[in-house]
Amino acid sequence: MKHGRAFWLFVGPFAIGLLVFVYVPIGWSLLLSFFEARNTVTPAEFVGLRNYADMLTDEPFLRSLGTFSVFAAFIVPLTFVLALALALLVNQIRFMKAFFRSVFFLPTACSYVVASLVWKLSIFNGVRFGLANTVLGWFGADPIAWTVSTSPPWYWLVLVTLRLWLQLGFYLILFIAGLQRIPQHLYEAAWIDGASRGWQTLRFITLPQLRTTSVAVLLLLLIAAYQAFDEFYNVLGSDRGYPPFARPPLIYLYYTALGSGGQDFGHGSAGAVILTLLIAGVTLLQGKVITR
Amino acid sequence: MISRRRLLSLAGASALLAACGSNTGRSGNGQALKQWYHAYGEPGVQQAVERYAKAYQKTPVDVQWNPGDYDSKLATSLLSDGGPDVFESTPQISSVRAGQLVPLDDVFGDARTDFSESILATHTVDGKIYGVPQAVDMQMLFYRKSFFAKAGVQPPSTVDELIDASRRLTRDGVKGLFAGNDGGGGVLGGPALWSTGLDYVRDHQVGFDDPVAAQAIGKLRELYTSGSLLLGAVKDWAEPDAFTQGLVAMQWTGLWTVPAIQKALGDDFGILPFPKLNATGAPSVPVGAFGAMVNARSKRVDEAKEFVRWLWIERTDYQEDFNLSYGFHIPPRKTIAAKASKLTSGAAADAVKFVQDNAKASNPPDWTSVMRTAFNDAVSRVVRDGAPADTEIKAAAAKARDELKRLYG
Repeated sequence: MKHGRAFWLFVGPFAIGLLVFVYVPIGWSLLLSFFEARNTVTPAEFVGLRNYADMLTDEPFLRSLGTFSVFAAFIVPLTFVLALALALLVNQIRFMKAFFRSVFFLPTACSYVVASLVWKLSIFNGVRFGLANTVLGWFGADPIAWTVSTSPPWYWLVLVTLRLWLQLGFYLILFIAGLQRIPQHLYEAAWIDGASRGWQTLRFITLPQLRTTSVAVLLLLLIAAYQAFDEFYNVLGSDRGYPPFARPPLIYLYYTALGSGGQDFGHGSAGAVILTLLIAGVTLLQGKVITR
Repeated sequence: MISRRRLLSLAGASALLAACGSNTGRSGNGQALKQWYHAYGEPGVQQAVERYAKAYQKTPVDVQWNPGDYDSKLATSLLSDGGPDVFESTPQISSVRAGQLVPLDDVFGDARTDFSESILATHTVDGKIYGVPQAVDMQMLFYRKSFFAKAGVQPPSTVDELIDASRRLTRDGVKGLFAGNDGGGGVLGGPALWSTGLDYVRDHQVGFDDPVAAQAIGKLRELYTSGSLLLGAVKDWAEPDAFTQGLVAMQWTGLWTVPAIQKALGDDFGILPFPKLNATGAPSVPVGAFGAMVNARSKRVDEAKEFVRWLWIERTDYQEDFNLSYGFHIPPRKTIAAKASKLTSGAAADAVKFVQDNAKASNPPDWTSVMRTAFNDAVSRVVRDGAPADTEIKAAAAKARDELKRLYG
């Protein structure tokens, strides 16, 4: 196919941007992962797979991968079920549909950084006049240091509620779009055949018809879980660095490659490649299981 | 004020301030030297450093003020040709080994002996000096005199007394101590180590692979579990708010908060170094100083060095102004510190004495981020998770040993 000038005029700038700011850095990062690259991005010392071997035996990195596999196994189904349930509810409503849809979608427009600071400094701060602690106070309970305490690990409550609040709306919209694509006559046919309005139509009409949407949502959720960074960095990180627990792989790699004094691009890039392969692997596996 | 904590901790960064933006002050003409500062919190500093640069006759100098995550921005810019010619930072052995910094020994001349030895040491790597110290900052323990009197508690002089005091001062919605929202693991790890007389690194060897170090870190766990620490405060340890609002009887924070605390509490406060663990240990205060440095990739190294010499060696009037007119710093040069009337009375005078007697480098050049992360992780796991201190410290020491072996062979 031959493209005219207009095509390149519109696509060109975007394609160039993509090439310069995405593909070249990815390629460069792959290159760096095979070199000893401390404090330089133009390394000379080829070390083969050593960086990979180091990262695969690096205990904090492996631990962060483990933690976030567990996190994904937990947050993905939870967000999925809640978003689907909300979508079904909102879709059933006969009045103020647009209002409810907007209300649930709005948090998606909120910056992760801003939301993190609201959660950390206002709702879940540890002093007695924080919102959550004020509520606890009504019942005579002692204040809890939400983001500090590791036994029990209350910070997960902070992080999970924050992530749900920020993300639910987006997946809700995806599900509503999917629901609206289901032809009404399928339901009518089912009811004529004697299917009950609740569980049976959901199980045999709605869910099968939502399959493509569900696969897309699961995929996005899974990638988002492994790529967690913003809210973790802003809630748990401080100027003294990041604590050794609930440390997302990306944050560990960030401190390795870009943290002040770190600047170890070889190991950082190797870790990034390992993480990419892991996400790709889990995604393929998930696709296999679901579409079978 | 927020910017001040960067002086003492190059670790991590708060994205809160990671807004982009830079003001080049004057428009560059391509001929000017580029000089970078991080964004100081006190009003007037930016105008002051621009005034100094303007007063330099030999070469035009463009000052760039860098709000946000200065350390990462600087580190990244030093990898490219677009970096500054002159900048402020603390030298890291990794940057020196990568050939990013120009040694400045010949810049000092006779003035070298006028600089405090302990501060100069934090700018020395492999026997060469890479930064001309600009201003000294430190951390220490602030305590509320009236709260102590009411509870009948004496200012602590050992770690056990500190834990005991913190416990006894916890009452009526007031907590004993605030040492950061992470429960003290971040800021007190170093002081706890120094309280035993040990250090991070000594003579290119790991300095903390010792059962006594584990014992000291165990004390931080004791403090954390005593229920007397304030946790999850709205502003972290670098700001004096928890202390000035009366939420705590003691707070670990920095010299830079003295003006704010004086304003809020008058003279109802005192300061202490972190106490010693036992008879063989020593009290300590973490000290750090930004120094003026020259980028080795600069095309005009000689002109840059001459500018650094002029501003940070020759112009003692500007150095005095920079240290004493805006925030609260201790001048790194003895002759300037000696005539600073602001530093001869009250808490400031105590602080100067602590720096002379108990100073420990908060961020020595050979304490790399790999070692720092390993040590901080170990302390955090002991303090917050109750992990066994001896095995955690041993593991961190092993990691630090590998890193030192890589650096020194």
